[in-house]
Amino acid sequence: MGLLTKFSKPPKPELKRLPTGTFTIDAECRIISSTVPGRVPEAQVRHIGRQVLAVFEGARNANLQFSELVAQYAAFKITARQMRGGAIIFLSPKTPPTVPMP
Amino acid sequence: MTMATPQKILLLDDDQQMLDVYQELLKQLPSKPEVLVSNSGARAIAMLEAEPFNLLITDLRMPKMDGLQVLAIVRRKFPHLRIIVLTGVLDEEYRSRAYAMGVESFWQKPTCSEEIKLFQDCVESLLDRDTRQEGGFHGMQSKSLVDLIQLECLSRSSSVLHVNHGPLSGKIWVQNGEIIDATTAQFNGEEAFKEILSWRSGNFEILPADVSRPRAITNSYQGLLLDSAQALDEWRGQQAGAERSEAAGQPAATNSALSPLTRFEGVEFLLTVPDNEQAPCDSWALENAPQLAGWARASHRRLVELGESLEAGPLGQAMGFGLQRHWAMAHDKQKGLLCAGFRRTLTAEKVDQTMKHIFTKWAS
Repeated sequence: MGLLTKFSKPPKPELKRLPTGTFTIDAECRIISSTVPGRVPEAQVRHIGRQVLAVFEGARNANLQFSELVAQYAAFKITARQMRGGAIIFLSPKTPPTVPMP
Repeated sequence: MTMATPQKILLLDDDQQMLDVYQELLKQLPSKPEVLVSNSGARAIAMLEAEPFNLLITDLRMPKMDGLQVLAIVRRKFPHLRIIVLTGVLDEEYRSRAYAMGVESFWQKPTCSEEIKLFQDCVESLLDRDTRQEGGFHGMQSKSLVDLIQLECLSRSSSVLHVNHGPLSGKIWVQNGEIIDATTAQFNGEEAFKEILSWRSGNFEILPADVSRPRAITNSYQGLLLDSAQALDEWRGQQAGAERSEAAGQPAATNSALSPLTRFEGVEFLLTVPDNEQAPCDSWALENAPQLAGWARASHRRLVELGESLEAGPLGQAMGFGLQRHWAMAHDKQKGLLCAGFRRTLTAEKVDQTMKHIFTKWAS
């Protein structure tokens, strides 16, 4: 057994999954509620929230009024709705194409 | 007589045995490439910065910097580098994300000699192409989409061709050598097929056949290709005519390079923002262009950095929806940002699709 352990390779680290779920933040970017899985670090969730709030704030300063922001990435989508200075943010990894096997 | 410079491959895997085996396998290719190896993502990036490579072959699961992190950095720093993923990871999410990040091919580590031979063939065919060639489709660079479709049909294959052209994407279903259906975001059936054929470059993926797909196209593939070629010729003729009459008769207000884009349904304003902050912006029907340009540039940068930190692939487009109007923006590497405002009565889907068409026209 000891010999097997000696020659076996160390387990490979897991790849990071994209965050999924919904969270709400207030104007100070405090997380009010969240369905984002616990494996996603809170700092990452807050970072997303801060960037979204900054986009909304910059738009207000440039006189561009809107209440919903959608950022489409190749493998991911962020949808954010303004809520009394804060926002509700939806994180959705894009589903890979599902093709039934012949 | 001068010897041709050998093609260079960089092989990245944290497993030294894998590196040794694949280095030997790749050295045996007919093109006799030079194969260098790296056992960490950071070292691989340093090697790519130090000298040019034709191809990067990378594993996904690695300690410290994983393959998706490597892909995100490499795609930004070396947009022309061809990349193959060679991994033991079979998760669909990662396959999808790797393709979204622009890899040429995603391979499960071969387990038998036949698979090794297929992998070697794939690498050799990638090396065979000129990396800077304009046009053509990644995945079969020297071929047009028509060549690819003819190849599938003549070999009586059954498959689904997933074609991407910038932000646009479409699918063509091939069943026993016949084209049975096609879809794009805007069209279905023959119309979608014609739209896909009008795309001159992009990338594609061949997916397994979908036998349950009902037949929506009854025309033969030869007939379809002929009809599509005719439709494309007519469309190009109309475009050239429209541009000639516009150049001849229109006053200064519509003489902007943006004027052809104003004809799209629901467009209320247009703004182009070059990456170089010193270069002038161009706008149409916009009062506060400099202010909006500053916001667009900063917001785009924020969203791109956010995508990179999440390893979510490149940002396609961003959109905003409001009670007064909607907007969308997308970025082109050569031209910079295009920002468009839309009438508030347009649906989100319509804004999305219209922006994709406006952007494609502007960027081309």
